[in-house]
Amino acid sequence: MNKNLTNSLAMAFLWIAAGTTVAVLFAVIAYVVVNGIMVITPEFIFTWPEGVNAEGGVWPTIVSTLYVTGLAMLIVTPIAILAAVYLAEYAVQGRLVNIIRFAADSLASVPSIVMGLFGLALFVETMGIGFSMLSAALALSFLMLPIVMRTTEEAIRSVPKYIRWGAYGLGASKWQTVSRSVLPAATPRIVTGIILATGRAVGETAVVIYTMGQAINLPLTPFDSGRPMTVHLYLLAMDGINLPAAYGTALLLMIMILAFNLGARYFLRRNRKV
Amino acid sequence: MAEHDIQTSPFSSPEGADKILVKDLDFYYGDFQALTDINVSIKQGAVTAFIGPSGCGKSTFLRCFNRMNDLILGTKADGLVTLDGQDIYAPGVDPVDLRRRIGMIFQQPNPFPMSIYDNVAFGPRLHGVKSKAKLDEIVESSLEKANLWKEVKDILDRNGLALSGGQQQRLCIARVLAVRPEVLLMDEPCSAIDPTSVQKIEDLMAEIKDEVTIIIVTHNMQQAARVSDYTAFFLQEVAGEPAELVEYDRTANLFTSPSDKRTEDYITGRFG
Repeated sequence: MNKNLTNSLAMAFLWIAAGTTVAVLFAVIAYVVVNGIMVITPEFIFTWPEGVNAEGGVWPTIVSTLYVTGLAMLIVTPIAILAAVYLAEYAVQGRLVNIIRFAADSLASVPSIVMGLFGLALFVETMGIGFSMLSAALALSFLMLPIVMRTTEEAIRSVPKYIRWGAYGLGASKWQTVSRSVLPAATPRIVTGIILATGRAVGETAVVIYTMGQAINLPLTPFDSGRPMTVHLYLLAMDGINLPAAYGTALLLMIMILAFNLGARYFLRRNRKV
Repeated sequence: MAEHDIQTSPFSSPEGADKILVKDLDFYYGDFQALTDINVSIKQGAVTAFIGPSGCGKSTFLRCFNRMNDLILGTKADGLVTLDGQDIYAPGVDPVDLRRRIGMIFQQPNPFPMSIYDNVAFGPRLHGVKSKAKLDEIVESSLEKANLWKEVKDILDRNGLALSGGQQQRLCIARVLAVRPEVLLMDEPCSAIDPTSVQKIEDLMAEIKDEVTIIIVTHNMQQAARVSDYTAFFLQEVAGEPAELVEYDRTANLFTSPSDKRTEDYITGRFG
């Protein structure tokens, strides 16, 4: 076949493939925005649902979502960072470490509904915490832990060895080297990992539906139950009573997740620039 | 140029006590022997240069002095290395304490991703200095010694990585000087930086050598001739075989009347 023709054909297919990707993304966003934008008013955001929870606003669900996500982040961050430091800096590299890494990667790919079921069995029932922010945060942390741990491990590994040498060369012990020079150098990427995992948690439905309950409630203590935005959206749509509110909630969720992702990018950029 | 006529064996130098003494040192990376039978005495208050072709073990040897090689798995140093007469490989010697006494500068400037001030204060803080006034004083005097103070005195809170490569290298020198080491190891410190900074680093070496014994690895022979009092020439004659110390002498002697044919070939540019 003619060389130029082959080239043009290849170009065409590449364009179509790239165009499809962009179109799908655009279609989903446009659909939700078009249907949801009229619903989102300060009133919608800051008031309680009314009637059979189909009218009024979504304020308690926003609070529940942020509450559980924040709590999960507080649980995950220290454990994930310590585990990553151990894996990257202290563990003797070999079979055991590879098994731990494989386990973490597998944990990250467990379907979230299975994680929810596990959370229901362990935290809600066996440990008797009940449907609550704490149960949901613990279950969510299982989901976030491998993500944060692996990104943190990668961040630590990517710190150039001459940064370590600099600290060792000044008479720093291993822990001093890790805590005072390696971790600060890795911080931007660690924070990015945490933010991305948090974005994932905000959008999570299956885990929280099993562990937080569904009651419209403004949570105060970690033992209060509540209804996160994702579950609210699910119920609104399934009941079919108030689809516009469902779209409004969906749009708010997307804005929040987008904000997390942009936040992560901004943080990474700002810290690269010196 | 009278110095050229003085035939002094480095092993019986009347001036300058032995700061570091190396006796029968062999060094291994796993099964590979990198250095064989090295004997050398490093004079206090002098600058000693290690020269030789790439891959001849100069840097490996340099890292034996502060046991930086301990950080590389599977390495082994066999022989005696003493600092002020004390065996640094003896059991009970903590390499962390040793590295505080023997500072090191690397080929790649490696400031930490923090402010200029924090970079220099890193070492003193590590070793327990907390007083702000004391830290201020150390930071200023260390940057002065590193010929960098004038350029950064108004931007001490700026990130060290924002400096030029040559400034970064001088920042790293200030960072090491801040812990007041007795010996400063410099592993090709000028190979990645601008000529102005090279000049400033060579100047500062001359200024601080009275208080800090300096050992510099360089493959720039002019630099060795300019900055050093003593020079050691290393050579790995056959690939796969260990490198050896071919000749060690006062710099003036080694460059003008080398006693070994291989040294002469190297300094006259016949190989390497």
